[in-house]
Amino acid sequence: MISSTLGVWNYWIVFFLMMIGLFLVIGRKNLLKKIVGLTIFQTSVFLLYITFGKIQGGTPPILNNINETVYSNPLPHVLILTAIVVGVATTALGLSLVLRINSEYGSIEEEDISAQDLIDYHDLIETSKKISVKFKK
Amino acid sequence: MIDIIIKNLPILVVLTPLMMSLIVVLISNNFLSWLLTLFTTLITFIFSLLLYQEVYLHTAISYALGNWVPPLGIEYLIDKVSIIPIIIIALISFLATFFASKIMPAEINNSSISKVYSLWLLAIAGLIGLVTTGDAFNLFVFLEISSLASVALVAMGGQKDKQALVAAYNYLILGAIGATFYVIGVGLLYGITGTLNLADLSNRIAEISDNKALIAGFGFMVIGIMLKAAVFPLHIWLPRAYAYAPSAVSVLLAATATKASLYILARILFSVFDISDNLVTYTLQYIILPLSILAMFAGTIMAIYEKDIKRLLAHSSIAQIGYITLAFAIGTKASVAAGFIHLFNHALIKGALFMAITSMGFYINKRITINNLSGLGRAMPITFVCFVICSLSLAGIPLTAGFISKLYIIKASISADGIWIAFLILASSALSVVYLWKMIEALWFHESPKVLNIKEKPEIYIALLMITFLNIYFGLDASIVVNSSFEAANQLLGVQK
Repeated sequence: MISSTLGVWNYWIVFFLMMIGLFLVIGRKNLLKKIVGLTIFQTSVFLLYITFGKIQGGTPPILNNINETVYSNPLPHVLILTAIVVGVATTALGLSLVLRINSEYGSIEEEDISAQDLIDYHDLIETSKKISVKFKK
Repeated sequence: MIDIIIKNLPILVVLTPLMMSLIVVLISNNFLSWLLTLFTTLITFIFSLLLYQEVYLHTAISYALGNWVPPLGIEYLIDKVSIIPIIIIALISFLATFFASKIMPAEINNSSISKVYSLWLLAIAGLIGLVTTGDAFNLFVFLEISSLASVALVAMGGQKDKQALVAAYNYLILGAIGATFYVIGVGLLYGITGTLNLADLSNRIAEISDNKALIAGFGFMVIGIMLKAAVFPLHIWLPRAYAYAPSAVSVLLAATATKASLYILARILFSVFDISDNLVTYTLQYIILPLSILAMFAGTIMAIYEKDIKRLLAHSSIAQIGYITLAFAIGTKASVAAGFIHLFNHALIKGALFMAITSMGFYINKRITINNLSGLGRAMPITFVCFVICSLSLAGIPLTAGFISKLYIIKASISADGIWIAFLILASSALSVVYLWKMIEALWFHESPKVLNIKEKPEIYIALLMITFLNIYFGLDASIVVNSSFEAANQLLGVQK
């Protein structure tokens, strides 16, 4: 039982990282830390795929004319190359958004931002109401 | 020449907007870049019509990308199911581009307009690719292309209103989580079956029974796509993203973005997995069905209390997505077909409503709230009439497209012994009249605070007239939509049941 649980330790690492990443995204109020969490979350998925692709004692898939060679599956690695590129693009876009938010709001804390938004929203509704009330009189 | 085009249509319909987006970004003249975008979307629309013809005259097209034969290579699959969202996306993107000509420069700096059109085409290419591809991992790549492009498009609203940036940020984070969940699911399924081709995947899944990794993979995929499709309660990113995006972008995204994801949801539930499987049946019955009913009411009630009109329409979108997933969840052929009918009609309705509201916002040049709608209806009669027709369509009044889809959903739910579901649909439709009337009342019956001197511009209302015409046309003669939807449902469920 113990050996079968610990024997798949790489999966434990994957799910540990996955949970850390997801927790950071949900639990942190700082926009930058959320992106850090997202990156960790995505990285855990990369590890998951790589783990699938590895066979114990397997070699890279290069023909070597020996009949009984065990080859590891190269496809997960290729898929993850694509996923890494996607992850980099996501992170870059997220960081540039954080920069813009910081210059507009002067903060990257979620509470500050939603407080400012709430005031704006209130102003938007109230000011337009005042105008129409004034006109009715 | 024509032969080669016909043979390569499945890839051309994706590649045309993708490649043109690279050219559009280089053009510095704003009008030219718009014209080129319009031209590209028109070509894409023509290609999609040709594909429709091919699929219905001959058979489903399976296109081997780079001549690598599926299931090893990437397959682009156009069949009677996937052609419906392709037509929706191509049609709406053409109309939205037409609509954007005057609206876009009003909200976005002159220097960034050609970049916006480039992102615009990229988003369209991503959405069409998402629907066309028959490969699970390729689907993820297109999912990310479309979502990154639309996040950047939403963020362009930040030039006018800083809230757009936060909306775009939330959209990005939740979109990335959804896509990553989907990839985890695909990874687990790949680990079990060793294939990524959706058709092949479904064959191999049928051979496996009682595997925990399969259940986990299914869960991850469905949750990821539900997050992308904004199924209640995973809708939290949607209202803000649609409300603060630039006007033309709201039209495009509201009408197309969630539709593509809903199609993928249907594909996973009915085509990759088997509806006779307990896993799918339980998911539909105990998860998607209650959530859809909640969405119908929660979306409508949030819309009733909302004062910002673009947000109001976005909340109503959540309710409408609820109708579609409800139709899928009932799980009979008739109801899945009804879901596809509503998929098509809702794209027309919501596109038209967003067009009408944002063109009102263009003339008064500020954010549209319920209070400053006063008197606009009398000042701009054409837009107002279109708005009223499409509102009636949303509420499901006869002679409009919305009526047809409600009719079929209700018919399907009654024939599946769900009279209480039919009753709930009617109740939620009745509630939706409340918020629609709230807007119409403000537009027509309230006095305007100041004399409004508005001259409606044909560049703006022509697209609105076209889409309103389609709303009426498909309300009078829905045979094309209904027939294609039933064909689609037959194909999705036919073999299994």
